[in-house]
Amino acid sequence: MNISGEEFILGCSAIGAGLAVIAGIGPGIGQGIAAGHAAAAVGRNPGAKSDVTGTMLLGQAVAETTGLYGLLVAMLLLFVKPLV
Amino acid sequence: MNPILLAGEDLDFMIHGIFSYNLFGQELWITTTHVCTLLVMLAILIFCIFANRAIKNADPDKEPGTFQNIVELIVEMLDNMITGVMGKSAPKFLNYISTIFIFILISNISGIFGLRAPTADYGVTLPLGLISFGLIFFNKIKYQKVSGFIKGLCDPWPFWAPINIIGDIAVPISLSLRLFANVLSGTVMLALVYGLLPIFVKIGIPAVLHAYLDLFSGAIQTYVFCMLTMTYVTDAIGDN
Repeated sequence: MNISGEEFILGCSAIGAGLAVIAGIGPGIGQGIAAGHAAAAVGRNPGAKSDVTGTMLLGQAVAETTGLYGLLVAMLLLFVKPLV
Repeated sequence: MNPILLAGEDLDFMIHGIFSYNLFGQELWITTTHVCTLLVMLAILIFCIFANRAIKNADPDKEPGTFQNIVELIVEMLDNMITGVMGKSAPKFLNYISTIFIFILISNISGIFGLRAPTADYGVTLPLGLISFGLIFFNKIKYQKVSGFIKGLCDPWPFWAPINIIGDIAVPISLSLRLFANVLSGTVMLALVYGLLPIFVKIGIPAVLHAYLDLFSGAIQTYVFCMLTMTYVTDAIGDN
């Protein structure tokens, strides 16, 4: 089986894209911790539920950014193909 | 042919050039992003004309109609959100924050109406981030003066300045990339799902994804963008 240089680079890009999306682990853990603490806060003070939910969503959306950078790198590798 | 290229030709990420023109010997394209931005602006403009007319003709003695109630609700909501974060400096920034809030919100949820969300293009979010950065920088110079600005750069020690400068420059980049990547990931995921499903399932199933990726995620990211801009500006103004 003959593999041309371009196909080899595309295959490596696919592997790289898969590796880049592993960045999603970090935000996943972080968002889980935020949600857990928010649940604890609501349990302690049920009256502040709307405030806690708003703060939690804001913090989670900011924490999501690093994972999205990984996704961005994966998309660049797969669809823009900068290395070919 | 390789399978990755083949898959790329089947999928439709909704970026199409509509026509090209030459400017100073450079070939430029009018893309779907331009058209969708114009449509979003047109929708906001029409709403604003009707809202203006409704408020102008409002009779204080009679009870307000439905449309006037909705307009007042929107204005009040934006007012409360901005006053809650910025405190007494809120009136100065109310116009700017409300404008970008409405524009980004309508842009993000325009995917549900079959448009390509304009904010899924880095050429739209980077200017938004740069405008916010300009606002932050201007207020820093205005309220903390140049001496306070330099003092802020050399915060713990003077040799810390390069790291502080990088942190300042990262503000517009992270603001714009956050919005761009969120909306783009929604668009790409929907395009992948539409490419995956056979034609007779395309009507029902993606609706759930539209609700999450366009409505929920779009609204949250709009809120985050405005919230961070407001926090940075409040930070720049300081206590005085």
